[in-house]
Amino acid sequence: MRNRLWIAAACLILPSARAGEGPFFITYTHQMEEPGNLEMSVKNVTGKPAGGSRFWGAATELEYGVKAWWTSELYLDGQTTADENTVFTGYRWENRFRVLPREHWINPVLYFEFENINGADKTLLEVVNHDGEDDLSEPTADARQEKKREIEAKLILSSYFKGWTLAENFIAEKNVRHEPYEFGYAVGLSRPLVLAAKPERCNFCPENFQLGVEAYGGLGTHANLGFAETSHYLAPTICWTLANGTEFRVSPTYGLTGTSAGFLLRFGVSYEIAQFRRAAQKLFRDGGRP
Amino acid sequence: MRWLLFLVLTCPILRAETPVRSAPARSSSKTNPFNDDEVARRAGAKLFSRECAPCHGAKAEGIGKAPPLRQPEVYQAAPGVLFWVLKNGSIFHGMPSFAHLPEAQRWEIITFLRALNARKPEN
Repeated sequence: MRNRLWIAAACLILPSARAGEGPFFITYTHQMEEPGNLEMSVKNVTGKPAGGSRFWGAATELEYGVKAWWTSELYLDGQTTADENTVFTGYRWENRFRVLPREHWINPVLYFEFENINGADKTLLEVVNHDGEDDLSEPTADARQEKKREIEAKLILSSYFKGWTLAENFIAEKNVRHEPYEFGYAVGLSRPLVLAAKPERCNFCPENFQLGVEAYGGLGTHANLGFAETSHYLAPTICWTLANGTEFRVSPTYGLTGTSAGFLLRFGVSYEIAQFRRAAQKLFRDGGRP
Repeated sequence: MRWLLFLVLTCPILRAETPVRSAPARSSSKTNPFNDDEVARRAGAKLFSRECAPCHGAKAEGIGKAPPLRQPEVYQAAPGVLFWVLKNGSIFHGMPSFAHLPEAQRWEIITFLRALNARKPEN
């Protein structure tokens, strides 16, 4: 009990860092978590599919910088649907590995994820294959019977150019038991409102705001690769970072094809604890005494 | 065998150079657009406390494996070399890349670092 109180107190007093995902919800850049830092965030999405009830999917994310070239994340997913249940839908464990030691005009990162979720998951952290609006309108009690143990790989390519961030993700996903390889993509472009920082510590400095746009969707399976009957989305995003590093993001998302959900609203908040590893080691080594 | 020799000589994982020493010579030709600019120095101080201080210490004194930044190697380095280090990091030695910061913000940090070293160099 005493240790838990110490951990809770430490979370409040530990130095924060700027949470670093930028304005994107789906697209990854090659920015890695700083070694020893722990970022906690919640990514939410809500929508009302045709023929279904309004839902709210939420993914709680714990992202840790193991090394400067290796970032590991754990997601805990859940959802609630109007007039239905609120359920925990599973977990995901992902790892990202930076391949090249230096910055280049395009920078590759390899991403591997294991997910153990059920069919009721509505966090929509990626869109692959023929994922579409129909998946969101299925009753939770039925959908959660479907078990999804999947391995997902992404090739993340991204570049920084004169303040702009451009990222492209190519996604391949495979159910470990059966079903074909499924493919998808995500691309994102973002920029801070201004490039130079102000000297004052402020919440509303223009450098604290980033604007961006994301596009993502499914690309079918290895046997049926292409855009036919796939869902695609276009999503402007805005990110606001407070002076203490807390980051808020909002993204109205528009479905572009007949199989896409018409409109989704994504919103999230992130907070990063700088040098969590050092603080935790100190806490357990000497009880947090200075 | 030649490939093995090539890897040993070039692979940055195996080389124990400091980030400043591993910067290419051409990086030193870049000049700081905010050189001696007081506003940029103050902005750099703010950015330093957020981006660098968690590892290098609030007074740049160095913590654990993160070296002190008030040292001859830093204040003798050309601004372009420090810019290169911030952009690339030294990811196999624990320092991440800060390329996600806009160039202007990286120069502000360097302006602060130069001023910090100009005031109280250790040696």
